[in-house]
Amino acid sequence: MTILAIESAALTASAAVVNEEMILAETTLNTKLTHSQTLLPMIDEILRRTEIGPEEIDAVAVSAGPGSFTGLRIGAATAKGLGMAWDKPLIAVPTLDAMAYGLWGSRFLLCPIMDARRSQVYNGLYRFDGQGNLSRLVGPRALGIGELLAELKETAEPVVFLGDGVPVFRAAIEAKMGDQALFAPPSASRQRASAVAALGLEMLKRGETVTAAAFAPFYLRISQAERERARRLTQEQGGSL
Amino acid sequence: MDSIKILAIESSCDETAAAVVVNGRQVLSNIISSQVPMHTLYGGVVPELASRAHIEAIHPVVEEALRAAGLTLQDIDAVAVTYGPGLVGALLVGVAFGKALAFGLRKPLIGVNHIEGHVSAALLEHPDLEPPFLCLIVSGGHTNLAYMHDYGEFEILGTTRDDAAGEAFDKVARAIGLGYPGGPKIEKAAREGNPEAIHFPRGKVDEAPYDFTFSGMKSAVLNYLNHAEMTGEPVSQADVAASFQAAVTDVLVSRAIHAVKERGEKQLVLAGGVAANGALRAALRKACEEAGVTLYVPSPVFCTDNAAMIGAAGYYRFIRGERSGWDLNAVPYLELTE
Repeated sequence: MTILAIESAALTASAAVVNEEMILAETTLNTKLTHSQTLLPMIDEILRRTEIGPEEIDAVAVSAGPGSFTGLRIGAATAKGLGMAWDKPLIAVPTLDAMAYGLWGSRFLLCPIMDARRSQVYNGLYRFDGQGNLSRLVGPRALGIGELLAELKETAEPVVFLGDGVPVFRAAIEAKMGDQALFAPPSASRQRASAVAALGLEMLKRGETVTAAAFAPFYLRISQAERERARRLTQEQGGSL
Repeated sequence: MDSIKILAIESSCDETAAAVVVNGRQVLSNIISSQVPMHTLYGGVVPELASRAHIEAIHPVVEEALRAAGLTLQDIDAVAVTYGPGLVGALLVGVAFGKALAFGLRKPLIGVNHIEGHVSAALLEHPDLEPPFLCLIVSGGHTNLAYMHDYGEFEILGTTRDDAAGEAFDKVARAIGLGYPGGPKIEKAAREGNPEAIHFPRGKVDEAPYDFTFSGMKSAVLNYLNHAEMTGEPVSQADVAASFQAAVTDVLVSRAIHAVKERGEKQLVLAGGVAANGALRAALRKACEEAGVTLYVPSPVFCTDNAAMIGAAGYYRFIRGERSGWDLNAVPYLELTE
């Protein structure tokens, strides 16, 4: 089985072609360039260099969220377009799960944090069991960094932090957690399409695919406009009681 | 030449649209998924919600455009997609999807300017219409008087210095309690009103005879409403709507007629969402008859945002050999002359 994987949920743009044996090709950019300009040229390049045609690809895995709303949609629209053109299914890989999966086999508690603005992070907590299976203990969720650190401090065990939330909150993490805090190395500190593909392969084997038509990104948060409207409606109802 | 079939995609604002157009003129299908009911809850277009709706609608809409045309993806010669101007998040959905579709099919990709698309809408129903012609482009985001020398070759004669005409419609509609979308609601209310009941100023820009300004007119409406409220005078929503619409129409028609006379041009194209307004269409038609000018106005379905117009513009780019790269990006403030 061969998968094309796409990752554009946050600042990282990444594309990979992966089979059950290995990464055939992967390109990852952590620059300020927009995903709209980088993602498809990257896919073009890895497919050309590997000389892999659509007929050899079983599915398109895409980092489904949470993340930047726009980033998620660029990945989603790209995956949908490819899925439609090639008549292939998509695999909606949870972004935080794929990040944790990049540290396969770790015995530590894994804590990906994505900067979600407003002093919040998108987060889940993960652990690999003795058979190398990844379990999601908590999440995906959006919560304040202070709340998360208080919760982790309680566990009194080492925690591996990774994700673009690390540079934003590193000082707070070190102050609160001290020696309990470990930080993932550059090879696993950000999203990578190869991790999306590896987890996607497991999902594909379990038949967890979605059609290109039905796939939608997982935003986790409703839009600001919906939030404000809900608040206004609640207030109006409260006022009329 | 063989017939060239363009699959066109448009997602610049609040409509997700796809169409199949043959040789830039013949519409095989024109599918539009409107988000108006959703945005109505918020009194206007909410960009994030528009983008979310686009990503959900894009695949089914494209599929439906192919099905209605009786074609498969393999029958398509090229994919054309709007890459600006418009809301960046909304544009990105169509751009990323269109690019991936073209890439996956190994077909050419053609980025199309949304405003050029609006002008090209006139080509769909008028097989004999060829440039050069003058065009009055009036929409929610744009008000331009332009000269189309040839396909894809524009000269801007005049533009708005402040609000677009459609934007003024939306703001006035909100002020008199009609809500979103302003254009159709004002037009409907105006049918019951007297267009001469209130005189709103027809703003001019000094030494720029083709430019537009609508902010003074809009302020005059707001002042009129405030004054009426303070003095307790009753306000006729229908009269305000009719008088405002008449003022906008006057300005648009007078600039366009001035331009055709000055340039000695005999063809005028009316384009853009506001071109669906019946009062504007009627007034411009009358003025053009008097001036001996042939007016081309698309049917309302081709005036408001649609993908058939992108397919028309995309075809002429295609036969000129224009191709976009896989790095095509959304350009929210794309100019007509770029």
